[in-house]
Amino acid sequence: MTTALHWSYLVAAVGFILALAGLSGPRTARQGNLVGAGGMLVAVGMTLGAEHIRNGGLLALGMVIGVGIGVPAARMVKMTAMPQMVAAFNGVGGGAAALVSVSDYMSHGGGAALSSGNRLAVMLGAIIGCISLFGSVIAFAKLQELMPTRPITYPGQQMVNGVVFAAVLAMTVGAILGGRIALLGAVCVLCCGLGVAIVMPIGGADVPVVISLLNAFTGLAVAASGFTLQNTVLIVAGTLVGASGTLLTRMMSQAMGRSLANVIFGAFGAVVTATGGAEGGDRSVRSTTAEDVGTMLAYSRRVAVVPGYGLAVAQAQHTIRELADLLESRGVEVYYAIHPVAGRMPGHMNVLLAEADVPYEQLKEMDEANPMMPQTDVALVVGANDVVNPAARDSPGSPIYGMPIINVDQSGQIVFMKRSMRPGFAGIDNELLYNDKTVLLFGDAKDSLTKLVAAVKVA
Amino acid sequence: MNQGFLGEFTIFVLCAFLGFYVISKVPSILHTPLMSGTNAIHGIILVGAIEVIIHADTTLLQAVGFLAVILATLNVVGGFVVTDRMLEMFKGRGQRRPEPEETVQ
Repeated sequence: MTTALHWSYLVAAVGFILALAGLSGPRTARQGNLVGAGGMLVAVGMTLGAEHIRNGGLLALGMVIGVGIGVPAARMVKMTAMPQMVAAFNGVGGGAAALVSVSDYMSHGGGAALSSGNRLAVMLGAIIGCISLFGSVIAFAKLQELMPTRPITYPGQQMVNGVVFAAVLAMTVGAILGGRIALLGAVCVLCCGLGVAIVMPIGGADVPVVISLLNAFTGLAVAASGFTLQNTVLIVAGTLVGASGTLLTRMMSQAMGRSLANVIFGAFGAVVTATGGAEGGDRSVRSTTAEDVGTMLAYSRRVAVVPGYGLAVAQAQHTIRELADLLESRGVEVYYAIHPVAGRMPGHMNVLLAEADVPYEQLKEMDEANPMMPQTDVALVVGANDVVNPAARDSPGSPIYGMPIINVDQSGQIVFMKRSMRPGFAGIDNELLYNDKTVLLFGDAKDSLTKLVAAVKVA
Repeated sequence: MNQGFLGEFTIFVLCAFLGFYVISKVPSILHTPLMSGTNAIHGIILVGAIEVIIHADTTLLQAVGFLAVILATLNVVGGFVVTDRMLEMFKGRGQRRPEPEETVQ
């Protein structure tokens, strides 16, 4: 490796760190991303220039295909589909890392010429990469609703996974000691299966956690490839991503009040639907009309909008902004109270609202929003459910107990916009629906919001 | 354990700490762009994929390298483009744009 190449890798590594540092605020974020992209360009360019290129045609073709698919996909993807896109990019990155690791093994006489330390790095890259690739494929399929989003479980599932994992472990030790390519192949196949098996039992509501976890996995697979190829920039970049994914995974689990192990092994939805819906079947709720809610909103001083994924599904983020603008023009203060797991991935709701041009300072994180709730006249809950369920705070028996929630029950009045009485993702009945302060507005979020806009105009 | 490995391992450990510190400064509002941005960054595996393909001397290795280059390129380019698209929406903090922009879906 030439000195110039080393320098270029340092430049790239610094670029990546600056890209992450830039994300500390919306002002600097975009520039940071460009700096990161610049670093990437330098590293790739210098790699291409540093050595005599064999298979140049094939290389160029591969890059053209990659750009040909990547750019249109990235430009056209809807913001609601961002989690799928991130899952897809996680998957291809993990796949590439696994392939790089495997090929290093192959090109060293089937591993025979590698030191055992290098074999370990190869195995780790291949294992984590394969899990990430196939886990991402399943996460993608679930998010895209190509397959059921509910947890898919069967008896003895964890036993089977455990056995497969033990086999992987044993074969990995064998491959490190013996340097046999057949074992590496078998490990890769098993890990592809393991990736599928890990994500299958995970329900829709837990997907934000899984995406973060797969993000961390791919980063670590890339770092492992860096050890294999003795390439520092791969180690730096992979480790940064691994750290980021790990941190986000931890934050997401905390925001759901559960441990990571519980998310991965708990098959949440499956357990809970059994207990949910048992109570409250015959309690009455108050439903209302858009006109009434419109009047209520128009004569409030302060309104909190609590958006959930239902808002995004209904593509209603533009309509809610229209409503907020209208209320603001009447002197009503409007803010959005955003739960960390609102949406399908960390921070997803913020992106959706930013896309609808909602001013950044109206977006309040949960910790900021909760103290404002007692001084809020109306809390408008649109397409959210579990994240406002007081059971998470008050009933130790509830499956979601311990999950931090947005305390809409402390506001003056609560308006729930719902399609039906169906419980949320977690399948738990929400006692807030039966609260005296609560009224329900049934219907599609977008239709209801459109009616609300009309109602506020005449109020 | 040789010197080279120790040096690499040092980098690994330091970067893990650096990563934790830098990323804990990212507000939750930007967590989605953070994920897609880190996605783009792990596309650096393209460098590894290029090394594979330019040293490939068998058809099998060429095939593996070729596939790796496609996947990694897709990862890098797609990751940076989509992150830029998102971050563009976050610019102009506090200034409400006068007319509603056309909404590209």
